[in-house]
Amino acid sequence: MEIKFRHDVENVLKEAKEQAKPVLLDFSAAPM
Amino acid sequence: MARFVSENFIPARVHVKDDAAAFKEYGERYNAHWTPTILELDPNGEEFYRIEGFLPNDDFLAQLMLGRAHMDFKKGEWADAEKRFREIVEKLPKSEAAPEAMYWAGVSRYKATNDATALKETAKSFAQRYTDSSWAKKASIWA
Repeated sequence: MEIKFRHDVENVLKEAKEQAKPVLLDFSAAPM
Repeated sequence: MARFVSENFIPARVHVKDDAAAFKEYGERYNAHWTPTILELDPNGEEFYRIEGFLPNDDFLAQLMLGRAHMDFKKGEWADAEKRFREIVEKLPKSEAAPEAMYWAGVSRYKATNDATALKETAKSFAQRYTDSSWAKKASIWA
C-alpha cells in the first residue's frame, strides 16, 4: 500500500481546515 | 506506513523538478529548501513538525509518529499524546525516536496526573533502556 500523495496543495490545505485533519507536506526529489 | 499516514494526515507532495513552481512557492512559504523535507502541518496549515534528510523506513515512520504525538501534546491532549509516544517505544523500539518518545510519554503522564511518580518511573526506565541517549541524561534529574 503506497502513500497517495496529492499535488493540489492549496486544495489540500483547504480540505485540511474543513476536516480538521493535519497535512503531511513532502518536498521531494524522488523519481515520480 | 501508508496506513498511518492516511489515518492521520492528508498527504501532499511538491516535487523539486516536476512541480518546480509549486516547490518554489511552498518552499518559500515554509522555508523548505532541501529534499527530502517533510512537514507536518496542523489543520490551519501551520508547521508543527519537520523531518529533514533521508531516513530508513522504521526511523522515518517513528519520526512521523513522534511529530503526530507532539501535536497532541501541544494541544494539551495528554492521554492521547502519551498513548502515541508509548506506541513508538513499543512498536519501533530500535528507532532513533524511541528514547525521545519514552521521555515525552513520561512528561505526558505527569501533565495528565500532576504526579511526579510518572517522572521518577521514566527515569528508572532510562536506567534500563537507552542509557547512552541524551534523553536518559535529561530524565536523570527526575531519579
